[in-house]
Amino acid sequence: MTVMRTRQAVAQALSDELESDPNVFLMGEDISSGGVFKATEGLIEKFGSERVIDTPISEMAFLGAGVGAAAMGMRPVVEIMFVEFFGVALDQLTTQGAFYRYLSRGAYQVPLTIRAAAGAGLGFGCQHSQILDQWFRGNAGISLVIPSSPQSMYGLLRSAIRSNDPVVVLEHKALYGERGEVVTGEAGIIPIGKASVISQGKDVTIVAIGSTVHTAKAAAESQSDWSADIIDLQTLIPWDKETVMKSVAKTGRLVIVEESSYSGGWGSEVSSEAVSQMWGQLKTPPHRITSPDAPIPYAQELEQRYLPSPEYVASQISELLKTGKCPAPWWEGAKS
Amino acid sequence: MTTSLARREKLKTGLGRLERMLEIRAVEESIQTIYNDGHVRGTTHLANGQEAVSVGIASVLRPTDVVTCTYRGHAAALALGVSPEGVLGEICGRVIGCSGGMGGSMHLMDASVGLMPTFAIIGAGLPVAAGAALAAKLKKSDSVALAIFGDGTTNIGAFHETLNMASIFKLPIIFVIENNLYGEYTRINLSTPISDLADRADSYAMRKEIVDGQDVDAVRKSISSAVDFARAGNGPSLIEAKTYRFSGHSRADPATYRTPGELDEWKKRDPLDVAAAKLLESGDLTESTLQELKATVNSQVEKAIETVLSSESPSLDALLQHVSASPR
Repeated sequence: MTVMRTRQAVAQALSDELESDPNVFLMGEDISSGGVFKATEGLIEKFGSERVIDTPISEMAFLGAGVGAAAMGMRPVVEIMFVEFFGVALDQLTTQGAFYRYLSRGAYQVPLTIRAAAGAGLGFGCQHSQILDQWFRGNAGISLVIPSSPQSMYGLLRSAIRSNDPVVVLEHKALYGERGEVVTGEAGIIPIGKASVISQGKDVTIVAIGSTVHTAKAAAESQSDWSADIIDLQTLIPWDKETVMKSVAKTGRLVIVEESSYSGGWGSEVSSEAVSQMWGQLKTPPHRITSPDAPIPYAQELEQRYLPSPEYVASQISELLKTGKCPAPWWEGAKS
Repeated sequence: MTTSLARREKLKTGLGRLERMLEIRAVEESIQTIYNDGHVRGTTHLANGQEAVSVGIASVLRPTDVVTCTYRGHAAALALGVSPEGVLGEICGRVIGCSGGMGGSMHLMDASVGLMPTFAIIGAGLPVAAGAALAAKLKKSDSVALAIFGDGTTNIGAFHETLNMASIFKLPIIFVIENNLYGEYTRINLSTPISDLADRADSYAMRKEIVDGQDVDAVRKSISSAVDFARAGNGPSLIEAKTYRFSGHSRADPATYRTPGELDEWKKRDPLDVAAAKLLESGDLTESTLQELKATVNSQVEKAIETVLSSESPSLDALLQHVSASPR
């Protein structure tokens, strides 16, 4: 067990996979110098420029090259510097790589990992702060993980590289600097598709992923009149229905905390599944706590307000438990 | 049935190449009939008139090389070795099709001869081909990748990004433009400010060549030198094959936008006639053996259609198979 920052867990996972499989290589913009978030620091020295490849600023070309190289048996790890940059390259993943297994009846597979920095909170403005998981949901053939800690970053990234299908790893940029203990090696690997129950309680199940795991935890810890099962989903596609439903069956209440905007959020999927599966067993309606339907503002106070805070999550849950009804989001009272 | 690999071997001789071009023409011309009979869904994009480009390419490549091609891919698939049953079966959505009936006309594939599922998105095959070339380079193999696409593709971002990257990385790849003068329904001069598309290579400091796409021997020669160049580790080439499609863009297109007489002019240089004339002149072919060859090919394609139409549709199981490595 070693204490490391999340960004170091990225580099460690990459290094361990580069070491264990000669077909693994990295490709992306400026990765040889460590990348803008220093997540690939030290790898060029260790593995050289044939396995840590700097590319032109051409996401479509190098994401597609990742798809093609993967189809030929390599295990590329492509870095998209900010998740928004997928916008100029998405075809290569969602329409090409995701479907080769299907179209070729298994003759071609695409063991491709794509890492991208995502998430708000650091003042990067609306074009460098989104999560954008919705760009990948509903697209067959892709997995998507969002690590919340150095350990889950290490474990999920290694699983992603070992997966025989394309996996998108959204790395929350506000978490890169967070420290935590990490079990490395085989024992530290976390399977794709498995959620983690990070704390046990009795009144409510809180489902979170990435940054909102920390928000949910802080919210629950600030309250003494209710306790929660907190589930870190870890993988969004495919999400772990079994673990979530088991917990909801116990608590009878489901709250979902999402960083993204309300409309089209992943929580709708979880909520819908719970209603369908647990109809009649729910003590309150499922409740989603999200950001408003607006681009992410730059000004610090507004960006902090935009994101669900621990205080806001705690008050929303307390009200849900008190009234048995979903409280209105803050912005409904804030419109002028 | 003859394997795709064995069919590929036949392209070693001039006669074999003519035979394959005749086969491609017969397959493309049969599609209207099977469409009218209700066996074809969606759309098709024919490549009759462009046979020499596909056959010229396939006659040079090794089966371990990788080919990406657009949705105008029947000719490339047949040339590379996919059987008429495989191509027509796919077009008819039957289990005998080269993608098991799951892809359709725009998604033909055969891993045994290096054909990745053909691409229904303009430009999409270029980055993927570059990735295959990168894999060959990293594995230190001497395989190459070859991307086939149309003139319209030279105006999409993927083309420019990929040419630039391929040049910087010195990838073993050959980019082949089938310039048939029309991007869908629009004549090239209305969409593109230059007439020799190979010139786009200059921006990327890339080797370039313009070749007569109606002459299979010329295509062979041009591809061959580009492939040798790539295998030797010298990097990519951009080749522009000047050609013409005898049909419209897709099934829906009667091609009324052509200049009067243009089609007839190009038909005077029908790639099948160009190849046959050379073989007749060299004495490798006589007029009567040519007629026999045509008759044989036509009857083989007719038989292939019978086989296809007696083949099953894919089972319901197929719908949920191969979505991901492990079922969800």
